Amino acid sequence: MLARLKALDTGRYSIFLILGAVVVVASFLSENFMTTNNVTNVLRQVAVITILAYGAMTLIIAGMIDLSAGAVMAFAGVVSVIVYKDTSSMLLAILAGIVVGVACNLVNAFLVATLRTPAFIVTLGMMMIARGAVLQLTQGQNVLQLGDFVVLGQGSLGPIPLPTLFLVIITVIVWYLMSQTRYGRSLYAVGGNEEAARAAGIAVERVKYQAFIVNGVLVGFAGVIFMARVNAGLPNAGVGYELQAITAPIIGGTSFSGGIGTTAGTLAGALIVGVLGNIMNLTGVGSYVQQIVMGVIIAVAVAYDVWSKRGKRKTVILKNDGEADGQPPASGEAPVPAGSGTASGRQGKGVSP
Amino acid sequence: MSAAVASETPRLTVTGVSKSFPGVMALQDVTFTVRPGTVHALCGENGAGKSTLMKIINGIYSPDTGEMRIDDEPVRVRNPIEARAKGIAMISQELNYVPDMTIAESFFIGRLPTRFGKVDWAHMRREARRLLAEEGLDYSVNRKLGSLTVSEIQTLEILRAVYHDADVLIMDEPTSAIAHREVASLFAKIRRLRAEGKAIIYISHKMDEVFELADDVTVLRDGTVVSSQPASEIGPETVIAQMVGRDLDHQSYPKEHAEIGDTVLEARGLSNSQLFEDISLSVRKGEIVGLAGLIGAGRSEVVRAIFGLETLDAGEIEVDGQAVRLRSPKAAIDQGVVMLSEDRRLVGIIPQMSIKQNATLASLRKVIRGGFTRRREEETIAKEYFDRLSVKAPSSETRISSLSGGNQQKVLLARWLIAEPKVLLLDEPTRGIDVGAKFEIYKIMTQLARQGRGILMISSELPELIGMCDRIYVMAAGRLTAELTPDQYSQETILTHAMNDSEVV
Repeated sequence: MLARLKALDTGRYSIFLILGAVVVVASFLSENFMTTNNVTNVLRQVAVITILAYGAMTLIIAGMIDLSAGAVMAFAGVVSVIVYKDTSSMLLAILAGIVVGVACNLVNAFLVATLRTPAFIVTLGMMMIARGAVLQLTQGQNVLQLGDFVVLGQGSLGPIPLPTLFLVIITVIVWYLMSQTRYGRSLYAVGGNEEAARAAGIAVERVKYQAFIVNGVLVGFAGVIFMARVNAGLPNAGVGYELQAITAPIIGGTSFSGGIGTTAGTLAGALIVGVLGNIMNLTGVGSYVQQIVMGVIIAVAVAYDVWSKRGKRKTVILKNDGEADGQPPASGEAPVPAGSGTASGRQGKGVSP
Repeated sequence: MSAAVASETPRLTVTGVSKSFPGVMALQDVTFTVRPGTVHALCGENGAGKSTLMKIINGIYSPDTGEMRIDDEPVRVRNPIEARAKGIAMISQELNYVPDMTIAESFFIGRLPTRFGKVDWAHMRREARRLLAEEGLDYSVNRKLGSLTVSEIQTLEILRAVYHDADVLIMDEPTSAIAHREVASLFAKIRRLRAEGKAIIYISHKMDEVFELADDVTVLRDGTVVSSQPASEIGPETVIAQMVGRDLDHQSYPKEHAEIGDTVLEARGLSNSQLFEDISLSVRKGEIVGLAGLIGAGRSEVVRAIFGLETLDAGEIEVDGQAVRLRSPKAAIDQGVVMLSEDRRLVGIIPQMSIKQNATLASLRKVIRGGFTRRREEETIAKEYFDRLSVKAPSSETRISSLSGGNQQKVLLARWLIAEPKVLLLDEPTRGIDVGAKFEIYKIMTQLARQGRGILMISSELPELIGMCDRIYVMAAGRLTAELTPDQYSQETILTHAMNDSEVV
């Protein structure tokens, strides 16, 4: 039964099939689900978390993690809001948010890449520092009356909410970085096997800095959109977002041990989480139960990832026992090393005992 | 043949033991007897099967056939814990210890004494103190292992083994990690244990040690026992000859004449205070140069240092006559120096990536240009080299981790050929791969030499070095001990220089 489940795995498309299934089921559960209003709403809501998720994915693929994303997002967003109120310049405000995000992540990068401190600990420290900084800056008070700034979070271009538009643009950029550039390829290599990557001539430290900088830009910009959407600079915003941001890539097949993951998978993972939350709201599921459901989904996704990889390892041993030659190809590998974490199950196809 | 002339019962007997791994017959019908109150030396080249045999005795591997007896009682040892219970203790070559553990804890780890369910620390410290006192050691039992020297830890390991009633002590190259002056006290300890009636299996490459200590000597070659007799009936030269065997086969190496050109890699006085000292070597265009030596002689470290993976305290490197500083693999690759690591899994493959992406990893500039990945060009380049190296894989998208060792190695060779190097540093390029793939790798090396590239090859297989190299450097204990030309080649010569850690060129 389990073996058949592995064989059933449709590889890198499975996550999109699951997303499709969730959407179909949701539309049966509530007639309000498929309305333009609701769909627009979901897409607006998922923007911030998905942007954070791309940052988390970047770091996880490179074998690192960022626990400071939620706090840095709040810090960046509040600074951005304050700059806007002082200068009335939307551009300066956005830049200020991004600068804060990048600055915090450069500190992370220095400690992780240069001083070789574990990212988990470093970013845990940064989480507290950034939260403390934003609370000190505002003395714990919310910054109100943002004026036109709210457009960034609440406005629309035609029927498309601006946050959704930003998300689309960022998705394309992240996809491009991950799949088309030397930076992206190096990132996968470093996360896959750091020593081997170094010995292949990859500047491992530089790649780690780059990953943190990308994360910083994304976290900073997410902060700007978030504050604009809620029409306030909230120093207490984003608590727990760092973990929600990790959820989407993990569900979308990013391997926690690094080296594997795709932009599209992360997007799908974020949409699954968004749609599930939305349909539970629509059908009146309480927020406590919602948390339980999300928790179960994460546990299942990761357990599946680990389990399907175990299958692969067995396969490798089997193949090395004899000759690997002449075995049927592992069905269509993704052109990006990526595939997805869950994709490793495919390797078991046709050669499992 | 049999040394056990006395009527006494052997302490440990291993009879008819065979063990095969996929594609390799590691041990074949090995019979081995150790008498109580003797030191039995086990000699053999790297890969002769010594470690496999010891791992079987210690319960880490289970033999395919054969049996083991202790004091003439048949025993089955399925893991090291059972081995310990049967009185077998192994003092391994690479001492594994937890630096934060105290001396007292280290004596009892794995069998902490308890009192009413609670660890009896007082008893542990008391016992440990007594043991140290008996040995004439005066340090505190609360000292952490991390603050001790390797030789001190080794002493503690031996003490621990004896304290827990070990009757058979396996020592795997115990002098490889300790300083010269500490060897004497180790030998004194071994002699004392022998006088107490312990059976000691002593593994070593070093003939002087073997003949100073051993009562019996067994020589292994290619997984079989070549000889087993009292040390008094055999000499070092005979043992070395038996270790090497006589069946040299130059014909099986596809060595061809290549035009030898100017020096392409020149290293002068390379030193690293921890690893090696004053290494000077050169490689010319078209030349295949060997670097021989025993495991731990520092060969890999020298090559890693040239490639920028270890730091150099002193020394200069020139590539094509230009002084260069190779602080990282990236810098080395930019200068045309590449290294194929002996550890494919740790320092070679990116397991999650396809063979194509593994192959192009060191030459990303060739496939990612103008802001986009040129997938078709990447495919073309990878295919070309996979064909040239006859990599056998279902497709270029196959994950590298699903290939056999030989094919993985060819993919990694492809990685370096795509980078068009001037010098290839090959560290055990044929280790762990089957005979057919080995031959193909020799052919590739020959072709590379003919193209005018320089090759520096480390190998522990002497026939391979003799069959392929135009010159051979020999290292021992972090220093060069010989530079040999083909007319001087013989396995005996190489081994003699490799085992000599006092002589310096």
